[in-house]
Amino acid sequence: MTDLLTTRRTLLAAAGAAVATGMTGLIVPARAQGLAATPSMRGGSNNYRPGAPIVERIGSGGFWMTGTVRRAGDGAPLPGRRIQIWAHTTEGNERDPQSHGATLTDADGVFRLEMPQIVPAFGQPHGHLAYDDDEFATVFLRPVMASASDTSLSADFVLQPA
Amino acid sequence: MRLEASGKVRTILTWSALAAAVAVPVAAAAASPLLAWRDPVYILGGFAGIAAMALLLVQPLLAGELLPGLSARRGRLVHRWTGALLVVFVVAHVAALWVTSPPDVVDALLFASPTPFSVWGVVAMWAVFASALLAALRHRLRLRPRSWRRAHTVLAAVIVAGSVAHALLIEGTMETWSKAALCALVLAATVAVVMVRMRPRQFPSWSGRKGTGGIVRVFIVLRKKNPTASD
Repeated sequence: MTDLLTTRRTLLAAAGAAVATGMTGLIVPARAQGLAATPSMRGGSNNYRPGAPIVERIGSGGFWMTGTVRRAGDGAPLPGRRIQIWAHTTEGNERDPQSHGATLTDADGVFRLEMPQIVPAFGQPHGHLAYDDDEFATVFLRPVMASASDTSLSADFVLQPA
Repeated sequence: MRLEASGKVRTILTWSALAAAVAVPVAAAAASPLLAWRDPVYILGGFAGIAAMALLLVQPLLAGELLPGLSARRGRLVHRWTGALLVVFVVAHVAALWVTSPPDVVDALLFASPTPFSVWGVVAMWAVFASALLAALRHRLRLRPRSWRRAHTVLAAVIVAGSVAHALLIEGTMETWSKAALCALVLAATVAVVMVRMRPRQFPSWSGRKGTGGIVRVFIVLRKKNPTASD
């Protein structure tokens, strides 16, 4: 029969050995092949307006929302993808139509949209972004600003083919 | 008489301190720049929450008979009405936020919100409702005084802990320092009163005394009568 007795000495020795191997990096977690898709964030889709128009700028601007859109797996940049952006800003609530606008990614899969300054609402200064078209699975993001006085915010999408 | 005069001074000082503890954070919030970018309903919702927080300071002071000039009986009556007002403010807070952004409030109520403070707020809200319901049905349920006191004290502790965590984690119209000060006072008042009320038999003088003491006196009584502070 196997000896199941665990003494303090064996426990300490085993724990010490595990910590030692872990710290030397001999235990490596299994890594997924390629780039994993970005999961939607909690509350990301709140006050989303499907089909918000593509705009040059939301309102009178002054704040920049930036980011990238790439494909899951190989990480290839995705040009011409539509990203909707909305937030509670100095010019309106999240629910207001004029607080919403969409933009397209450039050849490098980068998007940049000028919008009014985001102000704290519902307890945090945060923005919303959505990818919601047919080719890839829908993703809603809700990044939070490190400081309410920041004048830019960024969020990156890695999309899973639908 | 000197004693009488000092009693009056204490009465004035206590009530002034309470008024300041409530007025300063409210005034600071009223000066918040965020108000410029909010609809009236959203502003109303925020201030209903701030007012509810202020009532949380008044409640333990009333329960502990720490407010001078109020008889025990009168204090209890005011405590009951303040509790009812607290329910009204909490409902107004949630309803106004719902009107401002329905999906955010639905997320909060379903404990699916991305913001941790929502969980604390919703827990405190249910504890307020439970507390009010228990108070309303206290006699119909024929609760023994001891069971009633325990249940009400536990709910009060949940309300205060939940509300303080909720308020401190929020970046909103309340000014940071006045908010922290109000939260500290609410915690201190609640802890002081709960410590005394959980051991009523060891403090026979407490139930019969007039409301002229302060929190400091509570601690002195505690130390004198219960030096080991254990059961």
